[in-house]
Amino acid sequence: MLRRNSWRKFVNYFMFSLTGLCALIAVGFLFFILGYLVWNGGSSLSWAFLTHLPTPVGERGGGMANAIVGSGKLLLLASAFGIPIGFLGGVYLAEFGGRSFPFVVRYTADLLNGVPSILIGIFAYAVVVLPMKHFSALAGGLALGVMMIPIAVRSTEEALRTVPLMLREGALALGASKWRTIATVVVPAARKGIVTGIILDIARVAGETAPLLFTALNNQFWSPGWNQPIASLPVMVYTYAISPYDDWHRQAWAGGLVLLTLVLVANIVVRLSVSGRSAR
Amino acid sequence: MAGIPVPTRRAAANRRAPALIQGLRSGDTFAHLITLFCAASVLLLTVALVFELYVNSTTAQHKFGLRFLTGRTWDPVSGEFGALPFVYGTLVTSALALLVAVPLGVGAAIFLSELAPPRISNALTFVIELLAAVPSVIYGLLGIFITAPFLRQYGEPFLKRTLGFLPLFQGPMYGVGMLAAGFVLAIMVVPFVISLSREVLMAVPVDQREAALGLGATKWESTWQVVVPYARLGIMASIFLALARALGETMAVTMVIGNDPRISSSLFAPGYSIAAVIANEFAEATADLHLQALIELGLVLFALTIVINGLARIVIISTTQKGSRQ
Amino acid sequence: MAADDVKMRVSDLDFYYGPKQSLFRISLQILTNRITAVIGPSGCGKSTFLRTLNRMYETVPHARAEGEILLDNEDLLTMDAVALRRRVGMVFQRPNPFPKSIFDNIAYGLRVNGTHSGAALQEKVEKSLRRAALWDEVKDQLHKSAYLLSLGQQQRLCIARALAVDPEVLLLDEPCSALDPIATAKIEELLFSLQDQCTQIIVTHNMQQAARVADFTGFFLLGKLIEYNKTEIIFKTPAKKETEDYITGRFG
Repeated sequence: MLRRNSWRKFVNYFMFSLTGLCALIAVGFLFFILGYLVWNGGSSLSWAFLTHLPTPVGERGGGMANAIVGSGKLLLLASAFGIPIGFLGGVYLAEFGGRSFPFVVRYTADLLNGVPSILIGIFAYAVVVLPMKHFSALAGGLALGVMMIPIAVRSTEEALRTVPLMLREGALALGASKWRTIATVVVPAARKGIVTGIILDIARVAGETAPLLFTALNNQFWSPGWNQPIASLPVMVYTYAISPYDDWHRQAWAGGLVLLTLVLVANIVVRLSVSGRSAR
Repeated sequence: MAGIPVPTRRAAANRRAPALIQGLRSGDTFAHLITLFCAASVLLLTVALVFELYVNSTTAQHKFGLRFLTGRTWDPVSGEFGALPFVYGTLVTSALALLVAVPLGVGAAIFLSELAPPRISNALTFVIELLAAVPSVIYGLLGIFITAPFLRQYGEPFLKRTLGFLPLFQGPMYGVGMLAAGFVLAIMVVPFVISLSREVLMAVPVDQREAALGLGATKWESTWQVVVPYARLGIMASIFLALARALGETMAVTMVIGNDPRISSSLFAPGYSIAAVIANEFAEATADLHLQALIELGLVLFALTIVINGLARIVIISTTQKGSRQ
Repeated sequence: MAADDVKMRVSDLDFYYGPKQSLFRISLQILTNRITAVIGPSGCGKSTFLRTLNRMYETVPHARAEGEILLDNEDLLTMDAVALRRRVGMVFQRPNPFPKSIFDNIAYGLRVNGTHSGAALQEKVEKSLRRAALWDEVKDQLHKSAYLLSLGQQQRLCIARALAVDPEVLLLDEPCSALDPIATAKIEELLFSLQDQCTQIIVTHNMQQAARVADFTGFFLLGKLIEYNKTEIIFKTPAKKETEDYITGRFG
């Protein structure tokens, strides 16, 4: 009996140590990734890198300025398209609702969210690139915008749902119409949740490479306007990483570091502000 | 109060008309319509997506029919397109990813939910959830320059020495290949397994654990024999979700899988996945049939994703309906 | 009493949540500028009744009212809901100030109803806060968040907010149930002071409050109006046995 018990105690200790190791490994991955990026990319990161255009292979002093600006441009277009539609759709689900239609919309939004992003790229290709007969920032922005919509719908809906019924009734009781109540009381009350949802949405889409590969393509130069292929940070990192040149490999690390830093900072800031609020 | 007529049913019906006009005047109807349209856009976009995938691959569909799914040759030059190598690569790398990610993820989730004190659990979960936000191309970067060389120098020779009697671990070792892709995918989906499993484990009622402990079980016995089975539907759902993500992962896979459309029994061999071949060949495909075949591949991937996601949903719904007991 | 006008006339009011009926043929008259209390045990329908008077039930799907309610001889159930709520205001069980400043809370109703000029707003906000006996306590912090006030002050703020649009009728749904006795006393004082300026209907589960504050009292039980009369009569010489049982504490 005693031997069996001590065996069980051993198993208890051993198995839980194993699970602790699993958790440690999982957590370790992030630090591993960050560490390697800083180690390999930090040295190539310079002011020149952030402000110069790419130079031909072998020439020193090349940078990814056009990719950084290009990503910004694409995100701007995507947000201008995706956020209003997603936001208003979320307003519908939370405020006007019904039973079956909102259910279908929610299900479809989750579905669209789970579709591999490369298929969204095909969609944008078929709808923008084919008729225009060339690759463009417009197509890339559309692809990213489509990806933003289902996320914005769900996060807006969830944020609005946290606003208590009594607040809405307070406004209605004063003679405000429904849309007015929503616009001047409910949305402002939920603004923190809505904004954090939008920031996370943008951060998620900022790292996407696949939908841009055959919509916005890539560009070694600046691309003014919306009708030309445009460079973006993720695509640039990808292109340089798979190239055979050491110099480009170094720049890929640096670009990856910039991209990851932006995405992680946005995520950390947003998640900390949310959890801080709920702790109160 | 005498003398006031009792309203008839007609009066009740008449009340609806003024409400509509009031709605128009106050702008409520307008707001309702605009937000409705935006919500409907989600449906419209999904339908349009499926439509475009279908309509732009009809030539390929007619040419190959069901042979598409069983054909092993992918040759843009001769116009022969078979999807099997890609389906094979997608499934094998995803299965490999799950093989690694599920034990690791469920193990970590158990630790975070049952053993770790709440503050540490929350802090560690916060970090793990950040992993899910890391872009795919970053994973690919690390895959090319760290994982693949590591596998080529140490990992694969080790496996060959120890398990080389299995056809899985034979053949030339390049570093890049199915094994590397599976491994990178595992890291990418682990956060999803952990996050969802931890949630369902934490939702198991306290009295379940107390009942087991009260009978003299050790904490591990209570966890493994009572809590985990109670939560198994939720854990299963997390596995499906992880699988759905792994199937569609593009960039990291295409950077380390070797990009060779062949079916090999060895995990060391290079392979190809559906998403990877689309990523690589789409921009330069000139022949119409080539493009169509790629889009048809996209349709196959879409179907796969829908099915897996649908299964995950069903599992989740049965969790909430029947309780976690089965 | 004969000279008093009838402000609201309720005739054979039935109310349904879907197929379930919760109010049965309610008929009574609310007199102008008097305080009417509605009492009864939990679940008797008094809040439901109150919320028909400003059609607040319209936010609930499948809720409907049948019968007739007249506000100064206008059909309340068909008039424009927005216009109705400007004339009939409501104060809720728990204080529900908006996440805005004290000033903006009061000004909200004013802005919604068309007042935009800075001077006019300032004047009306001050007037409402004075009516609610809150001005002296908050006049130096008008631009601070309403959530910084105590619960009792928040409820007086909500009353001031409702008063700002000069409603003819003020509906109060158990306004003191979330408050301590001191805050409650302040609010009861406030309601008294408003007596000749506006018609008040107050739902309360506190019989003593009704006895203290109201001119008229209606006793509800299981969705029916059992008795309605001057407060004195209800509490001293009730006509119905159910009323007497409730008043004397045999149930409820």
